[in-house]
Amino acid sequence: MAQSVLKVVDIKKSFAGVDALKGVSLEIAPGEIHCLAGENGCGKSTLIKIISGVYEPNSGQIEFSGNIHKKITPIEAIMNGIQVIYQDFSIFPNMSVVENLAFNSELANKHKLVNKKRMRKIAKDAIAKINFEVDLDAKVGTLSVADKQLVAICRALMFDAKLIIMDEPTTALTRKEVNALFKIILDLKAQGIATLFVSHKLDEVFEISERFTIIRSGEKIITGNTAELDNKKFTYYMTGREFEDIAFTPKNIDTAPVLEVKNLGLTGFFENISFALHKGEILGLTGLLGSGRTELALSLFGIRKADSGTIEIDGKEIRLDSVQTAMENGIGYVPEDRLSEGLFLPRGIGDNIIISEVDSLANGIGVLDRTKKKNEIARWVKELTIATPNPDNACSTLSGGNQQRIVLAKWLARDLKILILNGPTMGVDIGSKYDIHMILQKLADEGMSLIIISDDIPEIMTTCSKILIMRDGRITATLNPKETNVQELSKYMM
Amino acid sequence: MPIILKKLTQRNETYIFLVILVLSFLIEFRSGQFFTPNNIVDIASAMIVPGLFAIGTFMVIVSGGIDVSFPALASLSVYATTSTLFDAKYSGNMWLPIVMALAIGALLGAVNGILIAAFNLPPLIVTLGTSSIFRGFMLGVLGAKQMPVIPKGMSTFGTSSLFVAKNAQSGLTSRMPVAILALIIVLVIAYLILYRTMFGRGIYAIGGNETSAFRAGFNVRQIKFLLYVGVGIISSLAGLIRVCMMTQDHPTNMLGMEMMIIAGVVLGGTAITGGAGSLTGCMLGTALIVIVQNSLILLGVPTFWQGFFLGMLILIGTGVSASQVMRSSNMSKLRKTRRAL
Repeated sequence: MAQSVLKVVDIKKSFAGVDALKGVSLEIAPGEIHCLAGENGCGKSTLIKIISGVYEPNSGQIEFSGNIHKKITPIEAIMNGIQVIYQDFSIFPNMSVVENLAFNSELANKHKLVNKKRMRKIAKDAIAKINFEVDLDAKVGTLSVADKQLVAICRALMFDAKLIIMDEPTTALTRKEVNALFKIILDLKAQGIATLFVSHKLDEVFEISERFTIIRSGEKIITGNTAELDNKKFTYYMTGREFEDIAFTPKNIDTAPVLEVKNLGLTGFFENISFALHKGEILGLTGLLGSGRTELALSLFGIRKADSGTIEIDGKEIRLDSVQTAMENGIGYVPEDRLSEGLFLPRGIGDNIIISEVDSLANGIGVLDRTKKKNEIARWVKELTIATPNPDNACSTLSGGNQQRIVLAKWLARDLKILILNGPTMGVDIGSKYDIHMILQKLADEGMSLIIISDDIPEIMTTCSKILIMRDGRITATLNPKETNVQELSKYMM
Repeated sequence: MPIILKKLTQRNETYIFLVILVLSFLIEFRSGQFFTPNNIVDIASAMIVPGLFAIGTFMVIVSGGIDVSFPALASLSVYATTSTLFDAKYSGNMWLPIVMALAIGALLGAVNGILIAAFNLPPLIVTLGTSSIFRGFMLGVLGAKQMPVIPKGMSTFGTSSLFVAKNAQSGLTSRMPVAILALIIVLVIAYLILYRTMFGRGIYAIGGNETSAFRAGFNVRQIKFLLYVGVGIISSLAGLIRVCMMTQDHPTNMLGMEMMIIAGVVLGGTAITGGAGSLTGCMLGTALIVIVQNSLILLGVPTFWQGFFLGMLILIGTGVSASQVMRSSNMSKLRKTRRAL
């Protein structure tokens, strides 16, 4: 193996007595695509911050191209060709692409005055490196997420980067944008630039990386070649648990549908949608960007009223024009962006759980009954195994998986007939994802009907009993997951 | 639609300019007095002090901060300057008062700057606090009282004029104060700093995303510190000019101006959250407020309605820009939703 770009040996770091890293080593060769994986809170981010000089390790050493450092500053890391692309891309949304690209080098060269010509040239050179086409005068805030990321990548490449660290780069990207990103990573590899790709999505790890390192609870579990890795091993290394993906088989389905949608349409988004949802069923809804599936879900929850067709609940036609009507009819909705739409993050966990049934916990004159409230909270914390020492803690203190469980708890606290989940496991780590799938299956077995909207084809295949595929606002296929495969699904999506 | 026109419709400045135009014609139509040389000069003259205050406030708001202490800061530095010079029977020209007031302003601005930049305290809280302190210091320690007479050099500067405009019909005259040059000079300097120096771009960058600015290599603390020092200097200059133009120092009558100034800056399209806005918009917003304050009387609107109209203007102006922000964030949310599909 050639001289490695980066080698960290036995790094230890603790915060206020809590060990975040307990002796982690990592080595990356020039041009290597290395994936760093681990569940939330395993120490991935701490390791990156140490490599980029933001944190100082308690012990251990860092080697850049053979030069040993005990500790480094962010500037030294950059001088040694280390560039980090943060999840928020570190961009200035209010400023032009030119300025976003040129600031770093202008400041590094200690220029005091603005030279528009020079800055434009820097920006042009930067985007040329990855053949990125963009309006240089556009404000970065108006670009798509993928383009913002490309701006960040271009900026990183300007400093003779040898190693680019990408922190969960695919989180907000569509599949197509992910493909474009992977192509760029391969281009960089061809130029001898290594990539450290931080992710917990296993399909990405398999697709892009040559080698991988998995960290769990601050310890390196394994480093190896991705070729020798499979799904099961990956999951086990990440979580220390073994999972058996149980394909969902609905039990006791009634013949009469709970929800029946006939010829539903919303101009510009979807049309002619008809399907039936039975008790105990899990219906999967999938499709590409702009296929109308999210709008359909919003219409079913009364947020965007459909303008044609009918919706029947238990055989009775209803006018779904508000969230209140949807809730009165036993429909619940778990949004995809649970952080902003589904939870009151700064408020207590308990308060978040009971928010949707708060009416039923009040006494005659509308004052909240404290004992009732406490019992109700305790019940749900236990039922959904939410890991918290105290239900009064703020929701923001929980991990993604636990937050998602609270969003669920919030709805389950009402006796729902139908629960619509949009991207139920987006951004959730494997262990919690599995747990959430099990909870959803259990709910269906107990007689609830669920609609899951997801990009995650394996998720749809294992947890649903029926799959609807949408394209350009129409349903293109209704499939039984047991009789279909990924290829057939994607055929109907494209 | 030609690109230039399309660009104009997307800019806040265009709308505020149209509002000013409509208002001007309305006043002209009702009174026939708006587009007279003396009225225009009156408005320009009334713009000097609020305009200077607005430039400082604008820069702070663009950086994502806020300063509500500038009227108190200006009052203190100007009172200290004027009373010291008066007691010393100063009889020289304007330069010493300017140097003194600006130096004290820089010092007081540095107090804000240290608290905000070095200790990382929230600017609103800091400047609310220092505003009280500056005022208390002036009234308590310096025992500030109204000074009906100020040093001769200062009152001469305040009353000297570049030219005099005369309304041919009514025979009314208005003089254009020399002090308007101060506004023009500060405006040019502010423009050069904001758009032509990395320091100025840093102000915008910090307002856009402070963490990113730090990571990009901007010296965020230094920029913030110097910014508040700069605001102290500009505000003290404004205060000094006001006292000179009034030829007397009424120590407390600038206090309370901050809301009107901030409102003008925000009306001009400066995002209160920082990062966006232009000097042109800032000046137009301030001009609108000044025109309303100055010219409603020409419309025959009793003066006690002025506050009412200004309040309405602020609500409508900020309401429109808030709804624009909301619409654009809704759009991006929609885009996000669709992307996740």
